[in-house]
Amino acid sequence: MSKISRRTFFEGTGAGIVAGAVPLRGQQAPAPAPRNTIQITVNGVAHKLEVEDRWTLVEVLRDHLGLTGSKIGCDRGECGACTVLLDGKSVYSCSQLAVWMNGRSIETVEGLSANGRLDPLQEAFIQHDGPQCGFCTSGQLMSAKALLHRNSHPTAEEVRAGMTGNICRCSNYNRYVESVLAAAGTLSADAGGRKA
Amino acid sequence: MKSFANVNARDVKDAVNKLREPNAVVVGGGSDLLGMVKDHLVQPDVLVNLKTIRGLDQIAAKGPEIHIGGQITLDTLSHNSMIRGDYTVLAEAAESVATPQIRNAGTLAGNVCQRPWCWYYRNNFPCFKNGGSKCFSITGENQFHAIFGGGPSFIVHPSDTAPALVALDAKFRVAGPSGERTLAAADFFALPKVNAARENVLGKDEILVSVSLPKTAKGTRSTYHKVLDREAWTHAVVSAAMVLEMDQQVCKRARIVLGGVAPIPWRLQKVEAILAGQQITPELAAKAGEAAVEGANPLAKNRYKVPLTRNLVRRTLLEMVA
Repeated sequence: MSKISRRTFFEGTGAGIVAGAVPLRGQQAPAPAPRNTIQITVNGVAHKLEVEDRWTLVEVLRDHLGLTGSKIGCDRGECGACTVLLDGKSVYSCSQLAVWMNGRSIETVEGLSANGRLDPLQEAFIQHDGPQCGFCTSGQLMSAKALLHRNSHPTAEEVRAGMTGNICRCSNYNRYVESVLAAAGTLSADAGGRKA
Repeated sequence: MKSFANVNARDVKDAVNKLREPNAVVVGGGSDLLGMVKDHLVQPDVLVNLKTIRGLDQIAAKGPEIHIGGQITLDTLSHNSMIRGDYTVLAEAAESVATPQIRNAGTLAGNVCQRPWCWYYRNNFPCFKNGGSKCFSITGENQFHAIFGGGPSFIVHPSDTAPALVALDAKFRVAGPSGERTLAAADFFALPKVNAARENVLGKDEILVSVSLPKTAKGTRSTYHKVLDREAWTHAVVSAAMVLEMDQQVCKRARIVLGGVAPIPWRLQKVEAILAGQQITPELAAKAGEAAVEGANPLAKNRYKVPLTRNLVRRTLLEMVA
């Protein structure tokens, strides 16, 4: 890729500064960060990538594969904005090293729609006004997807329990629960948080 | 994050060897460790990855015992039918941890060895846990700190599965440079007066490999009750892991261990003695609740934990025989 990303720009600048600096007596240049090659499948597409051992999965998804749907909120496994599916199970992609992903299959929010059609969850999120500011939405969608994988007809209580790992600072939780119930076909007339 | 090398362990022996590299740390699910690296609480040069050890994420019946690999995820553990059926307290404890995302990544060994969530420690105060010689909670914000076993550090042990494992009288298999050793779950944890910097007896170059559960006696029932200060996604303010061996209406034997109140899983042997051989009536449960908080030594802002503990023990007992 010849496109200059923010990361390649900063990395290039950093290298220039290091090369141009006068080395202090007795000081060694820092050892290059350890790297490894991984093979991963993201949304059904196989990738072979060289990654620094310290890079997290979400950094690789966003900065190296251009999949910016997964967000970095807290970067500490607390907020859920970076939620992706790892072999079908939801995980915080900020709390996984990319180097651990060798041979694994990852699904991100970009993989939800197929052939130009939104996933029923995405349709329901729109219909029921799930997103407000939208920053947490991709993570909410992936947690909902993982939940419906395991339990295709959840109750409202089960949806709440299944999505406890995703914080919405607009606090639109009731709409998110309603959206997931609607997508699962388990939204009864009186179960939603909102009267039409 | 600072730069480090990830090295994949082939087997337990290989992991122990790799841990001897300078500034190496062990990693399981990584949920706790990566956050601590990002927060500069740990600055490793080498991460020894245990997830690549084949078979260490399995549950297997061996004779009368159940062996659980330390790298099993909390989610897999909590859904296992053998665990749900015979060791309910462990399934419920694993299920109560954090969030689905954490349970899908987090391991049993990692949950047991998780570092404390005292805000002074996690915010880089120079406390005992960070290599200093002071516990800032004593005169500070101590509403979630220890009411039992505190001093010189007043952290509470953060694990939900640890009290369950002590209540089940699990054995822990630990591997180090000189081989393997097995110890009772209760002997794995260490009070701050023994070592204020750590929460257990693991050496720097040792690994918690697996746990084994003894066969449960006939009539055994168990549960884990966790009190939170909000509905979800946090550590226990107080929790109770209870294992009762019942013969009709009579409690033959009880093991009761609290979480969230002490720097280690806090076993209530006096309460266990009160219950042994007795029918658990409301009066006896109340007596057990009173005995549970004997010797409590609360700090300025965590006195509420005393009645909370008393009532949790009483109510959980009554629910178990209802």
